[in-house]
Order: sequence, then C-alpha cells, then structure tokens
Amino acid sequence: MEAKRKLIDDKGKRLDGRTWDQLRPVKIEVGVLKNADGSAFIEWGKNKIMAAVYGPKEVHPKHEVMPDRAVVRCRYHMAPFSVDERKNPAPSRREIEISKVIREALEPALVVEDYPRTAIEIFVEVLQSDGGSRVAGITAAALALADAGINMRDLVCGVSSGIVDGQVVLDLNDSEDKEGSGDMPVAIMPNLGLVTLLQIDGIYTPDHFKKAFELAIEGGKRIYEMQRQVLLQKYFGSSPAESTAEEQE
Amino acid sequence: MITRKQVIPGDVITKGDLRYGSFIEKRDDQFIALRVGLAEISGEGVKLIPLSGPYIPHVEDQVVGKVIDMSGFGWEIDINSCFFGYLPASFVFGREFSPGTHDLSSRFKIGDLLLAKVEAFDRSRDPQMSVRGPGLGKIPKGEIIKISPTKVPRLIGRKGYMIQMLTGQTNTEMIVGQNGLIVVAGPPEGILKAAAAIKMIEEEAHVADLAKKVEEFLKEGAVSGS
Repeated sequence: MEAKRKLIDDKGKRLDGRTWDQLRPVKIEVGVLKNADGSAFIEWGKNKIMAAVYGPKEVHPKHEVMPDRAVVRCRYHMAPFSVDERKNPAPSRREIEISKVIREALEPALVVEDYPRTAIEIFVEVLQSDGGSRVAGITAAALALADAGINMRDLVCGVSSGIVDGQVVLDLNDSEDKEGSGDMPVAIMPNLGLVTLLQIDGIYTPDHFKKAFELAIEGGKRIYEMQRQVLLQKYFGSSPAESTAEEQE
Repeated sequence: MITRKQVIPGDVITKGDLRYGSFIEKRDDQFIALRVGLAEISGEGVKLIPLSGPYIPHVEDQVVGKVIDMSGFGWEIDINSCFFGYLPASFVFGREFSPGTHDLSSRFKIGDLLLAKVEAFDRSRDPQMSVRGPGLGKIPKGEIIKISPTKVPRLIGRKGYMIQMLTGQTNTEMIVGQNGLIVVAGPPEGILKAAAAIKMIEEEAHVADLAKKVEEFLKEGAVSGS
C-alpha cells in the first residue's frame, strides 16, 4: 500500500487551500426546471446536483394511499457520468440507502397532514459528484420543496464534518472523505433547532464527536443563510444575489 | 396599520395573541410561516399570501376544469389540483336522473371545458363539483392560459379592477378559475396581448403598483402594434 499523503499541511491548510472551518464555495439556484412543480440546482465544491419536486399528486399504485397524509417519495440518483469511472445507472445499494435517509431528513419539515391521499415526489440527481453529496442534495431538495409551495415548518440544510489527519474539519471534499478517518453528515432544521440526519463513518472519541457535531451545526447555519438569500432573491428579487463564500479564480 | 414582511418557511412572522389564517402555524406564542410569501400583520390578525403552491379546492371556488372521464353516474374533472373533481349526474339532470334514461354524453363529453363550482370538499373525499349557477357550465371557446393559482387574486385585483382593465383594453372576455386556469376569448391580437399581460402579472405579482404597470404595458402595446 502506498504511503498515506498528508491532507492538512503544516500551515493548517487543506488540500484545496481551506482552513479547518471553511466551507467550499456554494452556489444555489431555485426554479431551474420548467416542468417540475419546484426545483433547485446546487453547486457545492465540485458537486453539481439538481433537485426536483413533483406534487402533491395522485398516488400510484393506489394501495399506497394514506388517508390522512401525503406519501413522501425520494430518489437519489447519480448520473453515469458523475464520477470518474462510469457508474451503472441502476440504483445501487448506496443510492437506495441515501434515498431513504434524504426522505427521512426532509419529511419532518413537511406538513404532510395538509395533503391527504397524495404523493410528494422528490428527485435528487447528482450530475457531478464530490464529497458530501447527500447533504448538498438535502439542501437543494429543501429549496425545491419550498419552491413547489408545499407547507413546511422549516427549511432543512445539511453539511458534513469529519476527522482528517486527526483533526476535526468542516465540509469534507472527495479526497478527504475517502482518505480521512471519519465523516459525519448532519442535516438540521435551523429555526426549530432539530437534527434530522446524523450519520457517522469512522471512529470518534466523545470529544471528537462533540466538536465535529457542533462544527456541523454551525456550518449548517451558514448554509441556511445562503438558502434564505436565494429564496428571497427568487421570489422578491430584493436581497443581494451573492450567496457564495469565497469564489476563487 | 398593516406591516408587511417577506417570509420563507420556518420564519417567525410575529409573536403574541392574534388570529391567524392559512399557511401559518402557531408554536407557543410565535406565528411561523409555512410558505414563501408576504406576511401581513394588522389589528385583525396575521395573514400570509403565498407566492407559490398547488391549488387546493375550497368550497364555493369557481374553477375551470376539463372532463377527463365519464361513468354512468357522473363526470370526472381535472381541476389542476392534486384532487380530481367529481360532478354527479344528478346535479345536472336533477333528482329524476336515472342512468338508464339519461345519456351523460348529451351534456358534457370527455375533453369539454367547464366552469364549475366546488360544492363540497373535505379531506376525506374528492371535491364535489356543481354547474348550477349563473355562468357555470360548458365553456364554448377561448384560449387556455395557465398561471400559478396563488397569483389569481392579483390578476383579479382589488374589486376586480385589474381584470376589468385587461378585458376592456384588449377587447376580450375572460373566465378566471381560482385554480389558475384562465380562458380568454376574443380577437386573436387581443388574446395575444392579454396573454402577455397575464404572464407579466404572474411574474411580477409581488411588485407594488402593479396595476399602473400593466396599464402602461397595455397602452404601449397598442402604440408599437407588435
């Protein structure tokens, strides 16, 4: 096995030049698809993800109807060209799992009781992938839901934190995700102060966990501010358009 | 005094003990917005005007719908919502209706456009429609224009000011359904102009002084003649 490379240099800079608590550049657009009821597109680092919401609409097959609430369906899918080596377009084990956790991360924010006997369908399509695509997908899907005009108690925003070279860092990119020793995606409803997604990969000490969790919450709030600006910009055209962090040439 | 506020889902609109309308949730003493929209806080209470969203039927709404299916007892109507409207044949033929003697297709065929009223709707069943009432029934002609149902009140305007101006200036007739479907009939150039104006109203629904802007737009179109 080849020797492990250093992911954080002596000056505390990461591979892409960020410090431990910096996010990658994020760019979000809402209402990009004409035929969807709601949609959003997010570029987060090298991630390029499209989220679309259809519904509320009739439930098919009929036996899945719930008489008192809406059925929420979610599909996370990676395009065959989204990774270096062509990915088989059939849903993999990983995609099925991520579809489930994204659905469960978004469902608490939706007022499903307002739409009985209907289905709300969420599609998250990864066009180009980098680390943290599930949280980027959740962030975009929450905006697509708000764009579709479905009653929501709060937006949902996600960000991941993790352990790289023994240090807690925010927003892991692909190589940090693969070569680092821990990855923790977190999704929150910032106004309600609730966590809707918390997954951990790797071994954490209680101390590391606490630090990484708090860092993710803090990062999530920064993402929420961007979501907010983008939504207001789309619907009122008022607030400054610049949502992104540091955009480099 | 009315205070207006731009809100997104999850925002606290205000606090206190007030009456509140749709698209708002009360959490302890806070009023939370459930939609992107304009919140209005006044002495009467808290109100939220959403800027996007599907059409949810309400009793007494007038809607434009299309007949998509017909059974022995009634018609199924697509009303641009997540629920399909049902128009029972007995509402059309009267109490003496019997499936054997009356032919449903003699009144409405599949594909017909109707202006109908929501007679009854609750969460447990599909909305029941009716065509009894002035102006209700089959729509013979016109072009359909679809807008977001949340922007229909803006299109109608205060006391119908906007819609009156539109029909007057473009020499057309308009049937506006609460569900966001509009049928415009009249001379072709009038329809085109009306369609452009409706699109503009939809896109700039949040802008203050919209009526003036639309008026200018309609006049301008007459000069350039495009």
